[in-house]
Amino acid sequence: MEGIIWDLPAVVRALVGGLMIGGAAALMLLVNGRVMGASGILGGLVDGTGDARTERLAFLAGLIGVPLLIVLATGDRPTNIVAGWPTLLIAGLLVGIGTRLGAGCTSGHGVCGISRLSPRSLAATVTFIAAGVLTVRVFA
Amino acid sequence: MRPLVAAAAGALFGGGLLVSGMTDTARVRGFLALLGPGPWDPTLAFVMGGAILPMLFAWRVTPRRAPVLAQSWPERVTGLDGPLIAGSVLFGIGWGLVGLCPGPALASLLWGGPKVAGFAAAMVLGMVALPRLRALRAA
Repeated sequence: MEGIIWDLPAVVRALVGGLMIGGAAALMLLVNGRVMGASGILGGLVDGTGDARTERLAFLAGLIGVPLLIVLATGDRPTNIVAGWPTLLIAGLLVGIGTRLGAGCTSGHGVCGISRLSPRSLAATVTFIAAGVLTVRVFA
Repeated sequence: MRPLVAAAAGALFGGGLLVSGMTDTARVRGFLALLGPGPWDPTLAFVMGGAILPMLFAWRVTPRRAPVLAQSWPERVTGLDGPLIAGSVLFGIGWGLVGLCPGPALASLLWGGPKVAGFAAAMVLGMVALPRLRALRAA
């Protein structure tokens, strides 16, 4: 490690945004009795294995639509992809296959599973973070 | 009623991803740069911390009552297996290569430009392909 970046306003935004994410997951769990996992909700819809299609579509509409409204209102667009197209498409495929094979992603395992004290989710989260760290180390 | 609640949760989730910095791929890669290259940006650890906190309380409610609009709580899957770890390795590699995981890819789909759309399309292709790859192996 070559030093640590401390960006305090960003840390505050991270905490606030994190609480919003956790609040959304709690709403989904306590009212609808579901785990809020982005890859599970999308994957079950597109591969046809999932139930409650209307509920999945409604969740995705909120997830895709509301950030667009916020970006249009604030003009702030913080996505800056440096990867070239071949890398980008391979990465997308890996994320799609990997999250379905591993039964979850950052939201399902990282937030909902870890807070349930699930050993499976803890193992998955440690694994995908480690794989991400090594990938950035090797390919960046 | 359930779709309305899901839409509200999706909206809050998407807003949270945007506010927290999870759609900022440079910051994500800065967080994953724990072993370099360059300095480490720990900011996104606070997203996970902030998100886990309300959920710790939510799971504590579950043994005592039923969900408001459902019959039962999500089934608890136990046991570590090969697909869990192999899938997580593949996902982590893709996450590190670009800096997008599924939630933020969807949250930035309509304003992130053609590269986000291309990534999301490849992700959906991977999700659709997996059951077919499994069927091929089983055949």
